[in-house]
Amino acid sequence: MFKSYLLSIYLCLLGAAHAQQQVSGYIYNLENNIQSPLAGASVYWENSTSGTVSYDDGYFTLIHNPENTVLVVSYLGFKTIKLTSDFNKPIEVILISDDAASLNEVTVLQRRKALQRAVFTPRNVSTIGSAELLKAACCNLSESFETNPSIDVNYADALTGTKQIQMLGLTSPYILFTQENIPNLRGSNQTFGLSFTPGTWVESIQITKGAGAVSSGYESISGQINAEHIKPLTAPPLFINGFRSANGRTEANLQGKYDLSSKWATSLFVHANKRSQLTDNNNDGFLDAPLSEQLNVLSRLQYIDAEKGWVGFASFKALTDTKQIGQLSYAPELHKFKSQYWGGELDTDKWEFNLKTGYVDPEIPYRSIGFQSAISRHKQSAYFGNKNYNVSYASYFHHIVYQSILGNTLHKFKAGLQYMVDVYDETILTTHIKRNETNLGAFFEYNYDGIEGFNAIIGARVDHHNVMGTFVTPRVHLRHAFFDNKSILRLSAGEGRRIASIFAENQKFLGSQRKLFLALPTEPMYGLLPERAWNFGLSWIQKATLINRPFDFILDVYRTQFTNRVVVDWETPGAISFYNLDGKSHAQSMQLTVNTSLNERIDLRFAYKKFDIKTDYRSGLKWVPLQVESRWFAFVGYESVLEGGKQWRADATLHRVGRQRRVASFTTPSDFAAGFSLVSMQLTRQFSNQLAVYTGAENLLDVKQTDAVLSSNNPFGAAFDSSQLYAPVFGRMLYAGFRFNL
Amino acid sequence: MIMLLFATAAVAQTQKENIEVRGNCDLCKKRIEKAALKTKGVKYASWTAETQQLTLIYNAKKTNAKNVAKNIAGVGHEADSIVAIEEVYNALPACCKYKSVSPHKD
Repeated sequence: MFKSYLLSIYLCLLGAAHAQQQVSGYIYNLENNIQSPLAGASVYWENSTSGTVSYDDGYFTLIHNPENTVLVVSYLGFKTIKLTSDFNKPIEVILISDDAASLNEVTVLQRRKALQRAVFTPRNVSTIGSAELLKAACCNLSESFETNPSIDVNYADALTGTKQIQMLGLTSPYILFTQENIPNLRGSNQTFGLSFTPGTWVESIQITKGAGAVSSGYESISGQINAEHIKPLTAPPLFINGFRSANGRTEANLQGKYDLSSKWATSLFVHANKRSQLTDNNNDGFLDAPLSEQLNVLSRLQYIDAEKGWVGFASFKALTDTKQIGQLSYAPELHKFKSQYWGGELDTDKWEFNLKTGYVDPEIPYRSIGFQSAISRHKQSAYFGNKNYNVSYASYFHHIVYQSILGNTLHKFKAGLQYMVDVYDETILTTHIKRNETNLGAFFEYNYDGIEGFNAIIGARVDHHNVMGTFVTPRVHLRHAFFDNKSILRLSAGEGRRIASIFAENQKFLGSQRKLFLALPTEPMYGLLPERAWNFGLSWIQKATLINRPFDFILDVYRTQFTNRVVVDWETPGAISFYNLDGKSHAQSMQLTVNTSLNERIDLRFAYKKFDIKTDYRSGLKWVPLQVESRWFAFVGYESVLEGGKQWRADATLHRVGRQRRVASFTTPSDFAAGFSLVSMQLTRQFSNQLAVYTGAENLLDVKQTDAVLSSNNPFGAAFDSSQLYAPVFGRMLYAGFRFNL
Repeated sequence: MIMLLFATAAVAQTQKENIEVRGNCDLCKKRIEKAALKTKGVKYASWTAETQQLTLIYNAKKTNAKNVAKNIAGVGHEADSIVAIEEVYNALPACCKYKSVSPHKD
């Protein structure tokens, strides 16, 4: 018992989601082909004292320790089921009465709900489990959100093939990314950082909508995304993945782990990808996707001693990535910095090291202390045509957090200190800019856990920043459950602020002949003010059973109101300006989601989103360019009966992207680009517990933006611009791959 | 500063004790733990169905296990041999009727 408590404490400490070390799911019974929730069924680990009983709605949740391997589900009069497969995802078990079982070969229908909304935390968190991650076509973190309606995936520009994600109508710089709760992808990593985490390394992703936790920092404005890597102790001994797409992208992943003892384990993950094929499906003379190469290595060491209460991690990651962009005929060695052909190269080298330790006194399980430390270096040297942009970025992060109770465990608190140093050294065109940021922050978070009904998290932090001065960041999250947890209301409010790394975040302007307008580039923060915004949110979850199927209806309404913002103004053809907001800026989003299943093997998901995203530019209040007005989303997923490790899985996703405002060019006024639909499909054949082969198609309807590169025939003329991309450049994309593990 | 807090809090008048509480499911668990935590002086309460044991950490100056058991019996669960009142027991949801349903049907 203590051990399981320790595990969950340790997970809080190190920032993993509770769901990772818990198994949960639903138990149903099937009578006359009608499936209904089964309350009171026993669910327990074989040869252990750990077990539970399913709720009225068939739901159960149970702590999962590494030594637990066989999950038993039993109920008087029904055939007992034993499950041995992967417990990282929610499972669904349908019990069949003893009589029926003897007549029927099918004994268990197991299915996982891969996308899960947290029900019990005050924050609006949804978790993407590894089953869901497998549904994405490919291959890195930026592509892991295709089947999740909360995150929108956009195209950053027409040259680098980079996808940019956004949440609640704001692009990635306003989202705080953390890797196992250590801030990551900050500063200079913003644009390409997501593509530096291979999808096969990721165990799960937690998406928090709205204001984040004060313990994570002051930076999150529209939300927080946390990625958990696969842990050495729970990783398979060997994993091999190969992938090839019709647009010439080849990826390989080799992942191994070794248990040094029952307490120590180590893992080594290696990823490589390459694209050497020249593709120009929209016939503009420019590469649709860059020629690229990446080598990426992650090595980790994990320690856990449940008896003594110590846990720890050490991780080292190193990466080298190169991209070549531009015209098909461009050859760097012949044409670099000349005006015959337009092209560019981006070289990135990065490494990071982090250390985490946590301690829980085995006698006092509600009290814990944790320490995290991370160092990273990031170096990018790039040129786009005749414009160069080099940046070297170093970051140091130290974090200590203490958790305990006030009186009893209904009142918990978290208190800690954080110290961060960011050192930037940038060269843009001929201007050299140095920037040092240091910040010392203290945070306190009070958590009221009413067990049933009402929960609240109230937090604040005080930061002392060398440029921004001393400031307070408050955050509040409230949750109330009604009607036996069938309805859940959440409210949140919080402030966030950040210093915009304007060049790193807007590198795409270098792929144009736009002239840069910035008053004081070499001043601290480029002579601009820090960005500040409040985020307010409301979320309602309604669970219901209609026609014997479980339904989730989710309504999310969020608004981000900027007090100050660095306005990126693309409105004047041939120019880009950065200036402080003078007036209003807001992003408002409304999302309605319905999750259900057609039968025990077919999942359905629908979503509709409506946005209102406006900013005061010097030319007046306008809809922010390349931001959609509305989106529709539909997903259908099928899984056949899992028998002897064999299974078919298929899914299809539809994104209907509404119209987007385009800025004026030299020849066209500002207008709205028509909406379009993106359809993707995937088919997976699991041959055994070890081997799976998959194939799929992205952008099945072959949508292409033909004018992705404006003035593509005259790239050294003033009208050249590759930054105004709103749709795919590459049309339909087919791919195939395999996964093998021991 | 934090380490100091950590050290001083550890020497408080805390006592750890296990008592037997009857119940079946997660609904029971919530009810039992809530009743225990509502007892003044109780810092921590964790109950598991399989062992029928409730682990308590409490301030021995403010309360004792008997007090906690009384409060738990008050919400319908037999605790430390203190029997619940019939009407309260009868009002429990079906899965919590520990006298007729056992937590394991193996």
